[in-house]
Amino acid sequence: MLKSMTRSMTRGLRGAMFGLVAAAALAAATPAMAQESTDPIKLTLHDWTGQLITTNLMAEVLKKAGYSVELVQADYLAQFAGLEAGDLHVAMEMWETTGRDAMDASTATGKTEVIGPTGMQAKEEWWYPTYMKEKCPGLPNWEALKDEKCAEAFSTAETAPKGRYLGGPVTWGGFDDERVAALGLPFEVVHAGTDAALFAELESAYQRKAPILLWIYAPHWAPAKYQGEWVEFPAYTKECYTDPKWGSNPDALYDCGKPFGEIWKVGWAGLKDKWPGAYKAIKAFSINNDEMGAMITKVDLDGKSVNDVVAEWMAANEPRWSEWIKK
Amino acid sequence: MAAAPARNIGNWWFAAVLIAALALWFAGKGTVPWAFDYPKAWMIPAMQWVGGFSKWLVDQAHFGLFTFKELTRFLAGLVDFPYRIVLSLLATGFLEGQGSAAVQIVPPLPWWAVTIIAALFGHWAGGRKLALFTTACFLFLAAFRQWDSAMVTLASILVAAPLGTIGGILLGVACYRWPLFQRLIAPVLDLMQTMPVFAYLVPVLVLFGFGPTAAIVATLIFAMPPMIRVTLLGLKGVPGEIHDLAAMVGCTQAQTMWRVLVPAARQSLMVGVNQVIMLSLNMVIIASMIGAGGLGFDVLTALRRLDFGAGIEAGFAIVVLALVLDRLSQAAADKLGAPQASTEGRSFVQRHPHGVAAAAVAVMAILLAYMAPVLQAYPQALSVSTGAFFSDVVAWINVNYFDALEGFKNFILLNILVPAKRLLFTVPWIGAVAVLAALGFKLGGWRLAVLAGTLVFLIAATGQWEKAMITVYLCGTAVVLATLIGVPVGVLAADRERLWRGVQAVIDTLQTLPSFVYLMPVVMLFRVGDFTALIAIVAFAVVPAIRYTVLGLQKVDPSLIEAGRAMGATPWQILSRIRLRLALPDILLGMNQTIMFALSMLVITALVGTRDLGQEVYIALTKADIGRGIVAGLAVAFIAIVSDRLIAGAAARQKAGLGLA
Repeated sequence: MLKSMTRSMTRGLRGAMFGLVAAAALAAATPAMAQESTDPIKLTLHDWTGQLITTNLMAEVLKKAGYSVELVQADYLAQFAGLEAGDLHVAMEMWETTGRDAMDASTATGKTEVIGPTGMQAKEEWWYPTYMKEKCPGLPNWEALKDEKCAEAFSTAETAPKGRYLGGPVTWGGFDDERVAALGLPFEVVHAGTDAALFAELESAYQRKAPILLWIYAPHWAPAKYQGEWVEFPAYTKECYTDPKWGSNPDALYDCGKPFGEIWKVGWAGLKDKWPGAYKAIKAFSINNDEMGAMITKVDLDGKSVNDVVAEWMAANEPRWSEWIKK
Repeated sequence: MAAAPARNIGNWWFAAVLIAALALWFAGKGTVPWAFDYPKAWMIPAMQWVGGFSKWLVDQAHFGLFTFKELTRFLAGLVDFPYRIVLSLLATGFLEGQGSAAVQIVPPLPWWAVTIIAALFGHWAGGRKLALFTTACFLFLAAFRQWDSAMVTLASILVAAPLGTIGGILLGVACYRWPLFQRLIAPVLDLMQTMPVFAYLVPVLVLFGFGPTAAIVATLIFAMPPMIRVTLLGLKGVPGEIHDLAAMVGCTQAQTMWRVLVPAARQSLMVGVNQVIMLSLNMVIIASMIGAGGLGFDVLTALRRLDFGAGIEAGFAIVVLALVLDRLSQAAADKLGAPQASTEGRSFVQRHPHGVAAAAVAVMAILLAYMAPVLQAYPQALSVSTGAFFSDVVAWINVNYFDALEGFKNFILLNILVPAKRLLFTVPWIGAVAVLAALGFKLGGWRLAVLAGTLVFLIAATGQWEKAMITVYLCGTAVVLATLIGVPVGVLAADRERLWRGVQAVIDTLQTLPSFVYLMPVVMLFRVGDFTALIAIVAFAVVPAIRYTVLGLQKVDPSLIEAGRAMGATPWQILSRIRLRLALPDILLGMNQTIMFALSMLVITALVGTRDLGQEVYIALTKADIGRGIVAGLAVAFIAIVSDRLIAGAAARQKAGLGLA
C-alpha cells in the first residue's frame, strides 16, 4: 500500500515519504537520501564464511543508511551472468587470484564494473604443516623441495618417488603444473575438485600427522586452525609470468611464487545511477585481513553465527561505518 | 523366422568389423596416426557455433513484438508468482515492500501448523499410519533445526513438481495425439535427461534471471522428461476396449482424452509423479548454487567448513522430505482413484472434514501468531543435534584405519583402474566408430547403426575423444562394479520380504541423499582422485541395479518356477536357468538405468578432481563459456544415448528370443 502511494506522489514528496517509511521501518535509520530507488539492492552470497561475513557487513551498513537490501545465493563465477543483466547488483569478494579472468571478461562487456578493493589481501601459496619441517628441514625455502629425500617424504604410493602436491581445483588456474616444471621440482601435481575436498585432505592428514603439501589461501580458517607455514618461492613479479628470461629458469615462465592480490568489489554498471549513495558506501567499505581472519575463526572454529559476529563488529566499529555512509 | 537371415547378416558384419578394428588396434599408432588422434584440421568448430548461436539467441533473437529473452523472462514471471505465494506461506510470511525494508503483514505458518496440516493430508490420503509417519518426518525437520531451510526447499519442490507433472502430461498427450510431434521431441527428451545440468546452467541464468526461478526452470528441464515418457507409455497401454467404449458412448476427442484415457492411465502417471519429485530433490544441491537457497545451501556451507554432522543433518532432511512427499503423493493417487463413498445429504463439513480442519488450523495459527509470537518457532530447548559426533567418527576411522584403506585403494587402483584407463587410451577412434555402428546394425538394423556411428564420430570430431575415454573408463568400471554388487543383492532380496524392505530403505536413501554429504568424508579416507569418484558413482548407480533385478525376479511367473521344481531342478538351477533368464530383460533395463545414473554423477565427480567430460563441463561453467559447456555436455549425452539404444536393442532381442514380447 505505502509503496503504491508513494509512487503516485510527486517527486519531491516521494523523497520525504521514503524518509518516513525508512524511519518507521528502521528505528535507527540515518536520514535517507532523496531521489534514490527504493528497490532492494541485491548482494550475492557464496559458500565460504569470509564472504558471508563481508556481504552481511555491507548489507548491515546499507540498511543503516536506509536502503533495502536483499541477499541472494549465487555461484562465485556463474553470478556474472546475473550481474551483467542487472538481476544482481553487488558481489563483495572477487579475488584477484581466482576471479581475475572472469572479472575482466565481465567488465569488458561494460555491463559490470569494479567498485574498488575491499582492503583485504588474498594470499595463496603452497603450504605445509609445521611437523613436516622435521622431515624436510630446509623449509620454508622452496629449494628444500628439490631434494629428493624431501620430495619422497611428501610422496604417496601413486606418486612415489615423486612428492605429491595437492593443487586447487582446475578452475582456479594457478599454473602449478608449469611451476613444478619450471623450477624442476620432483613433484606431481594432483588437482582437488573443490576447496571442500582440499581441506578434507588437509584435515585427514593433520589428524594422522601425515605428510601433506597443498594450496592454501587466506583469509581462511585453515591457517588459524592448523599450524603450518607457506613455502617461500622467489617473489612474484609480473615479468615472471610474461618473460621466460626472468628467474632461475631462463626458458620457462612461472619460475616464481603465486601473485598475492586485492580482493575486489564488483557491481552492476547501473548501480551508481540507481543508488548513488549506496554506491559511495560500497566504494568506501574497507576491512583488513586480521579483522576478517578473527571473524572467520569465531564462526568456523568457535561455532558462533555469522549474524552475531557481524552484529558485534557493527557495535564495535560504529565510527568507521558511519563515515562510509556520510553524505 | 523371417528375421533370421537379416540377423545372420548383422552377425557377419559385426564379426568382420570387429576383426578389422582389432587388427588396427594391434597395428598401433605408428601405422595410421590419424585413426588414433583425430586430426585438428578436420575438427568441427562446434564450440564456436554453439557460442555464436547462444549469443544471438540472448542478444538478438526476437519474434517481431518481443525478443526471445523477453519471452523467457515472461515465463520466469509465470513460475515466480506461485513460488512467491508458497514461499510466503511456508517461510517468509507475506511482505509489504521488498528486500530488508519489507514489513511482514501476515506471518508464515508456524512449524506446528504445517505439521498438523500435512498430517491431516496424510490421514485423508492414507489413514492413521500415514498421518503418524508424516508427523514424525516433519517433527524430525523441526527437532534438528532444519525447519527454515526445509521450508524453502519444500516451497520450490511444491512449485516444480506440479509444474513438471502438468507440463509432462500435456506434452505426453501431445505426443500421443500427433506422432510427428513425438518424433520431433524424442531426441530433445534424450538430451534433457542426459546433458549434465552444469552444461546449460549459464544460458538458463541469462534467459530466466538469477535466483530461485532459474533454479526451478533447470529442475524442470531435468525432471520433466520421465513424466512425458510415462504419460505416453500409459496412454498407449490403455486397453482397446476402453477406446471402443468411449467411442460407443459418443465422447468427443477431447472427452475421450481427458475423461477416459488420462484417468485410465492414472497408475502409470503416478510413477511419473514419483520420478518428478525424486529428480527435483536430486537437483537441490545444484539449484542452491544458483540462488535457490534452502537445504542444498546448508549442505554446501557445512561441508566447506568440514562440519560433517551439519552436512549429514541437512542431507537427511532432504531424504526425509523426499520420503514424505513420495508417500503422500502415492497415497493421494490411490485415494483419488478408489471409488468414493456416496456423500449425498451430508453437509459441507461432513463431506470435507480434513480440508475444513486444515483451513481452521491455518487460520488459528496465523491469528495466534499475532497474539503470541513465541509459538512461531520451534523451542530451542527441545532441539537436538548430532554435533561433532560424525566428525569424530570420521576422525577415528581416519586415525586407526587409514593405512588399511589405503592398501585396499591402491590394490583396486593399480590392478583395475589404471590398466583399464591405459587400455582405453589406446583405442583408435575410427575403430570405435566402426565397431559400435556394426553392433548397432546387429542389434537394431541400419538406423541404429547410423545413429551410433554418427554420435560416436561427433564426439571425436568435436575434440572430446580423450576426455570421453576417461568418462567411459570411469563410468564403465563403476557400472561393472555396481552390477556385480547390485544383482546379487537383488537376488538375495527378491524373495525375502523383510530384507527387501531394509534394502529399499538403503537405496531410497542413496538415491536422495546428496552425494556431496558422503563425498567429503570419503575424500578424507581415500584422497581426491579417481577412486573417490568411483565410490561416489557406484553408491548412486547401484540403486537401479538392485531395483530392477528385484522387479524382474518378482515378475517371473510362479507356475514356471513350480514346473522347474516338479522336474527336480536344484535351487541353483531354478535361479540360473529359469528366474534369472526370464528376468534378464528387466535386468538389462536396470543396467541401462545404471549407466544413466553413473553418467549423471559426472557433475559431482568433477568436484573431487577427475579429468573427464564432467570436469570439462564444470570448467566451462566457471568460465561462463556456453559453447564449451554445451559441446562437452553433448558428448556426455551422446555416450548415454548410444549405450541406451544398444542396450535397448539387446533387451528387445533377448525378449523376442524368450518369446516374451
